[in-house]
Amino acid sequence: MNLLEIIDLKTHFPTSNGLVKAVDTIDMSISEQETFGLIGETGCGKSVLGHSIIRLLQSDTVMKGKIIYKGKNLLEISEAEMRNIRGEEIAMILQNPTTSLNPVITVGEQIAEAIRLHQRLNKKDAKQKAIEMLEAVRIPSPSQRANEYPHEFSGGMKQRVMIAMGLACDPALVIADEPTKGLDVTIKIQIVELMKEVTAQKAMLLITHDLGVASEMCDRIALMYAGELVEYASVIEIFENPLHPYTIGFLDSLPGRGLVPIPGMSPSLIDLPDGCRFHPRCSHVMEICRQKHPGMTEMKDGHFVRCFHA
Amino acid sequence: MKKHNNPFMDNIRRLSDSRPATVGAIIIMLLCFIAVFAPQLSPNNPTTACLEDRLISPLTVPEYPLGTDHLGRCVLSRLLYGARISLIVGIIVVGISAMIGIALGVISGYYGGGIDAVIMRFVDATLSFPSIFLAVTIAGLLGRGLPSVIIALIVVDWTAYARISRGSVLSLKETEFVESARSLGASDCYIMTRHILPNIIGPVIVIGTLGMAYVILSAAALSFLGFGPQPPTPEWGAMLNAGRMYMRTEPYLTIIPGIAIMVMVLAFNLLGDGLRDILDPKKTVIE
Amino acid sequence: MLGYILKRIFQLIPALLLVSVASFSIIYFAPGDPAETLMTGPDGNVNPKSVEEFRTKMGLDKPLHIQYLIWLNNVVHGNFGYSYRTEKPVFDHIKTSFGATFKLAVVSLIISLIISIPLGIISAIKHNSGLDISCMVGASLGVSMPNFWLGLLLMLLFGIYLDWLPVAGYGTGGDLEHIILPALTLGTGSAAVTARLMRSSMLEVLGQDYILTARAKGVPEWMVIGKHALKNALIPFVTMVGLNFGYLLNGSVVVETIFGWPGIGRLIVDSINMRDYMMVQGCMVFVALLFVTVNLVVDISYRYLDPRIRYEKA
Repeated sequence: MNLLEIIDLKTHFPTSNGLVKAVDTIDMSISEQETFGLIGETGCGKSVLGHSIIRLLQSDTVMKGKIIYKGKNLLEISEAEMRNIRGEEIAMILQNPTTSLNPVITVGEQIAEAIRLHQRLNKKDAKQKAIEMLEAVRIPSPSQRANEYPHEFSGGMKQRVMIAMGLACDPALVIADEPTKGLDVTIKIQIVELMKEVTAQKAMLLITHDLGVASEMCDRIALMYAGELVEYASVIEIFENPLHPYTIGFLDSLPGRGLVPIPGMSPSLIDLPDGCRFHPRCSHVMEICRQKHPGMTEMKDGHFVRCFHA
Repeated sequence: MKKHNNPFMDNIRRLSDSRPATVGAIIIMLLCFIAVFAPQLSPNNPTTACLEDRLISPLTVPEYPLGTDHLGRCVLSRLLYGARISLIVGIIVVGISAMIGIALGVISGYYGGGIDAVIMRFVDATLSFPSIFLAVTIAGLLGRGLPSVIIALIVVDWTAYARISRGSVLSLKETEFVESARSLGASDCYIMTRHILPNIIGPVIVIGTLGMAYVILSAAALSFLGFGPQPPTPEWGAMLNAGRMYMRTEPYLTIIPGIAIMVMVLAFNLLGDGLRDILDPKKTVIE
Repeated sequence: MLGYILKRIFQLIPALLLVSVASFSIIYFAPGDPAETLMTGPDGNVNPKSVEEFRTKMGLDKPLHIQYLIWLNNVVHGNFGYSYRTEKPVFDHIKTSFGATFKLAVVSLIISLIISIPLGIISAIKHNSGLDISCMVGASLGVSMPNFWLGLLLMLLFGIYLDWLPVAGYGTGGDLEHIILPALTLGTGSAAVTARLMRSSMLEVLGQDYILTARAKGVPEWMVIGKHALKNALIPFVTMVGLNFGYLLNGSVVVETIFGWPGIGRLIVDSINMRDYMMVQGCMVFVALLFVTVNLVVDISYRYLDPRIRYEKA
């Protein structure tokens, strides 16, 4: 049973330099309790995809397609209905906890606020629940820490607060945007372990450029390149039998696999290349790759790839 | 789009992209033209009184397009000559303030230590007085007239340049190009004029343009209070003050000079805001 | 926090000493010998004997630095000398005048904030809309408008043409109908400055990640603005209100003169015109102390409001 299904999604927004096609046709689905990893380089549109799901985008953004959550198309419901889904049904853990926590509001209040809004608890109960959430993410002396401000927390602790805030209303789906970015290795491992534990019963969309973290946490992995998915399959398939040259390149750039970077740079989302979007960087480029845009084909059971060469 | 390699042309292009700044620049050019050619443009002598023609309303007599004041002097001519006075006061005050302020600020920031402390305490002391109180008192002590207004406003105005130059020097002093110039044996004077001055010119231009607006407004206020040039000098603030007596019957004598002051101040504010947007390193547009 | 306050006060001392020297020297820069000026009789004749007596009495025969120390000691004890004109203590005049200025400043500040806060916020929310652009054009005009001219226009409109309000005066102790026009003149001028600052402060805050976090939690938009954004945007706003105070104090010189409001701005202009330099000196010392104190309070409250700074040195 799919909890979330994204069909033909396009998210475009105008800037002074031109129209940014951050998400340009994505089809994907997440089933209940599944952890789905969305991998890609900076600027491939993966964060915009995450934000598109809960419609957290600048007002002049154009979205086309369907985002079906529990049978409802999120692109058709009103802003008020969407607000009830945000935080309550679908929670988002934004990247960069240092700037994502409000500096002038106590940590406890920032968590309790969502609880009060969605669960109609009174101030005191909401505060108590917030303290419980801090405890759940292993923040020591939570009842005291709840009254402190974000700048009094370390980077790893702030990330824990972000997780506690996201999970406060027991959402069915969690969108985590780069939850391990900028953390030390030891702290990163702790956060990964914590997230695995607290989201075990939930569906999660994990947005990251860290394949190591994704392999630890995810059931399935998708690779995103220049606004579209280029390959997705189970974690084991991706690691053992990668098909798309971009996936292979991404794996080769891992520290354990030779640290070979992919040559070239990702294209601008304003001016996408014709044909296969990866062809300017591809070592297996053929004539057809320059002419035609490849479709998504299922190579094996549940293993999809967008490549003429594969 | 073709890219200009010349940073100056690039700034001009960016400035002309800003509509308010363009409007400001055009008005300033127009006012400068008026100031220079005031004698040619004026229909009458601005100081010649003609009591038979006193208090003529604007747009009634072709000889006096904007009417006459209580002494029968042509309002339009006085207005055109007034642009001269306001611009000259602004340029002198801003020019001298900037020179004093930059010199003291650069010395203060470059040498630091005791000389810095002394200069900065003078800045603090100046800023401890509300500026108009200070200007009024100085102008009052020096006696009425344009020179007193100019001196009073310089005393009030120099601190802005000193502070901005000192701040820029402090941040530049540690940069590699100054360090390397020093290690190559360049003298302090050489480093200050060749390396530091060009780098503080941007913020100084911004402050100077906005300073023109402030100085012109303050000078008009001082004249309005009676500390400025004495009759029959055609100064806008003084014209307003004189016109005030006839406000009930001839409101145009109050309204017209006020519009003139506002337009000139507005033009410098618009240009200054536009310059700040493009010269402020924090707001640099990434292309 | 206390340590910081003490440090700031300590840092102010050298500048305040310079301020006192500058104020003290007003008397000596003033045209004419103060003793002779004062002892000139109604007939214009000067009695040399009484001038000498006056010099001895006022300590004017002592060396300059001794005179300064005597004067400074007096000022510290609240003795600002006597007005040449009324022969009453300068400090009594200042107290009365400041009461009037304070009243005007408070009403102006309220008018200014009522106009500027909502306009600044709405302009920021509706960034680049027609409303935003017209607000900012209005603010540019307001900043560039001479306040003496605005005051006269308001006087012309409400005092003369409509005849709703008195054109000038203090009424019975500065009553409402007399305060409206001067306060409106000062308030709209400062609202123009403040609305621009409020807008830019709000715009900066609205671009921050924590605003996105609040929205992601499902916080309604009015609460995102009113709670998450405003709380942050108001921190720099405190500084703005402090700046505003400087603006209002400066504006009082002209506005009080136009409207015949017996405040400190008019007192100093009148005193200069009357060559009552003792009074000028007293006013300058007083406004400087006031100004410095307000700036200090603003600085401290700014630190107190921002939890990031509040706990820094704790």
